[in-house]
Amino acid sequence: MYTLKLVLRNALRHKLRTTLTALGIVVAIVAFGLLQTIVDAWYAGAAGASATRLVTRNAISLVFPLPLSYQAKIRSVPGVTGVSHANWFGGVYVSEKNFFPQFAVEAESYFRLYPEYRVPQDQFREFLRDRRGAIVGRKTAQTFGFRIGDVVPLKGTIYPGDWQFVVRGIYTGADSRTDESQFFFHWTYLNEYVRERLPRRADTVGVYVVQVASAEDVPRVAEAIDALFRNSLAETRTESEQAFQLSFVSMTEAILILIRVVSFVVIAIILAVMANTMAMTARERASEYATFKALGFRPSFLAGLIFGESLAIAVTAGALGIALTFPVSRRFAQAMGTLFPVFEVSGSTVALQLACACAVGAAAAVLPAWRAARVPVAEGLRNIG
Amino acid sequence: MAVPLSYSIRNLRTRRLTTALTAGGMALVVFVFATVLMLEAGLRATLVQTGTYDNVVVTRRAAGTEVQSSVERVQAMIVEAQPEVALAPDGVPFASRETVVLITLPKRSSGDPSNVVIRGVGRHGLQLRSQVRLVEGRLFRPGASEIIAGRAIAERFVGAGIGERLRFGMRDWAVVGIFDAEGTGFDSEVWGDADQLMQAFRRNAYSSVVLKLSDPAAFDAYKRRVEADPRLTVEAKREAQFYADQSQVLADFIRILGITLSVIFSIGAVIGAMVTMYSAVANRTREIGTLRALGFRRASILAAFLAESVALALAGGAAGLVAASLMQFVTVSTTNWQSFSELAFRFTLTPGIVMQSLLFSALMGLAGGFLPALRASRLNIVDALREA
Repeated sequence: MYTLKLVLRNALRHKLRTTLTALGIVVAIVAFGLLQTIVDAWYAGAAGASATRLVTRNAISLVFPLPLSYQAKIRSVPGVTGVSHANWFGGVYVSEKNFFPQFAVEAESYFRLYPEYRVPQDQFREFLRDRRGAIVGRKTAQTFGFRIGDVVPLKGTIYPGDWQFVVRGIYTGADSRTDESQFFFHWTYLNEYVRERLPRRADTVGVYVVQVASAEDVPRVAEAIDALFRNSLAETRTESEQAFQLSFVSMTEAILILIRVVSFVVIAIILAVMANTMAMTARERASEYATFKALGFRPSFLAGLIFGESLAIAVTAGALGIALTFPVSRRFAQAMGTLFPVFEVSGSTVALQLACACAVGAAAAVLPAWRAARVPVAEGLRNIG
Repeated sequence: MAVPLSYSIRNLRTRRLTTALTAGGMALVVFVFATVLMLEAGLRATLVQTGTYDNVVVTRRAAGTEVQSSVERVQAMIVEAQPEVALAPDGVPFASRETVVLITLPKRSSGDPSNVVIRGVGRHGLQLRSQVRLVEGRLFRPGASEIIAGRAIAERFVGAGIGERLRFGMRDWAVVGIFDAEGTGFDSEVWGDADQLMQAFRRNAYSSVVLKLSDPAAFDAYKRRVEADPRLTVEAKREAQFYADQSQVLADFIRILGITLSVIFSIGAVIGAMVTMYSAVANRTREIGTLRALGFRRASILAAFLAESVALALAGGAAGLVAASLMQFVTVSTTNWQSFSELAFRFTLTPGIVMQSLLFSALMGLAGGFLPALRASRLNIVDALREA
């Protein structure tokens, strides 16, 4: 009890220094948490993927389409319970900065395969009725202020021209990990236009989404689908939705590694500051430590005092930093708009933050504690700050 | 009368551990600051040097990238047959009709697939890019299923090395040569014969036309004419500008991320400097009193402590820069979002980045040292001399 009191009193002896150090730790822990959350957001697409969905694309690369005729063949593969398809549209809304993903999909089957995109019944009916209709994710609708009935003009890059869509529905995600930033419209509408202007590209789809009954079927069905089209003009590559999403993540892996490394650099910086604070503290109290020793306290007791003080400061500041991470990341997500469809602080991030705070507290105390334990009594008593 | 600078420097030397830790924190911040700027500079340099100033790239209007563009054969002929276009030694327009597609190749290191640009070039494709040289093997023969790979691709991707084979478009393609493009974007491409690739990919339109102007100043006239021609739906850009535009999003992202991180991290380092300087002032109260009693002015005391803090920060900044300069040997390879294809580039240290980093560390030193130095200069002489 007395020891604890002593530790806390010691920590508050130099109020300014303790406050500054704690402030530094708070900033570092918040920055670390934010960077980890950014890395998590990168993987959100893969984390939200279903284990029983497959994506079939052209084996050469995603840029090449697949014929519409493949749909019936894929459906005939044993184990397949549903097939739909989507085309990446890549249109520009006003300016390139306003990015959100747009897909031309086979409406009915697509939303059946993705139950996590929830659209109110009446809105969905309206969407089916309107050939220029579109369904927008809640987040994108909020960011750009789209309401039901609004006309959204998009400038085509892959499908040249000025397109106009009418918002007929707004979907919400089933849980917080669902991507609410997408924009869907009718593939039939896209195809009409393509048939007229770019006849060679008519009746083609970007990717097929395939639903299988159970996760065990995934490898077998993927193999069977690819075997169907081997040595044809458009060979396919089928993989689980998660693998498909992860292939996008691995493309920008270099940047992710950079962010990860940098997030630990901030911890290293704050470790240097904290270690410096503890070194000063121990230096100033050398004569006190010698007094303790002269009174018969063991070196381990002194080490405990220093460790306790260091951990008390680090953990208190760390807890404050964790608490602050939540509002800061909310603000950050708002500022980023639709760049990160899913952005939330995960439990593992909080655990890592706490671990880092403890590690900094412990590591900063090692050298001063070792010195205090070793200092000869006579010399310590001679020492003046 | 100013306090000699040696006083400030000597004080830093007396408390070695503290000085090292504080400067170490600063060094890490400057390291992050400099590396991110180097990354951005490297990316920009790679893409800006990819394009040649007096070359013009003609793509479909609003396509943005070559992969999304298509230029019909008839249109390509009209584009080439303009009076501003230079003539090659053999008397035909100095131009290359190109077909650009992305293929997915697995990386040698991890097996992860990534998108690689494969460019079918016309007769003058190589002469139009003076920086591209063959370093191994030979050129592909027109009409054969042969390709040459850029150095960054040959090293990184399975099947792209010399003597290996790639399979796409229902054919096997032999890699017969490796070319080097002096670290520009072409190093991250595979080249072959445009007509062969068009057949393999069942295309009947080119992606773009690259041509040389006989007079670089004639670009505006050329651009006006082809963009106003009712038979064409194309846009013309200088090749240098075309590639600079492609790096915009990624470069801006890296810059914003880097500056934001540096600012946040510098808070930690500045706090470290403050802790150090406050305790330096507290430890030397008597010295400060003595200096004042000798007749040194408040401003001189302020300057002496600020000098100490800035010297501390500059030492850290220099250490951070030395560490960052080692990053020049590292090549980063990532997907460029705008072109959706693999691009390799280097960390590039420029004199500007060195200056910015040192300035940044000096600013951190000033910010951290100002309040403690102010306190030192305001000490009451009598009280200070009475201090134990």
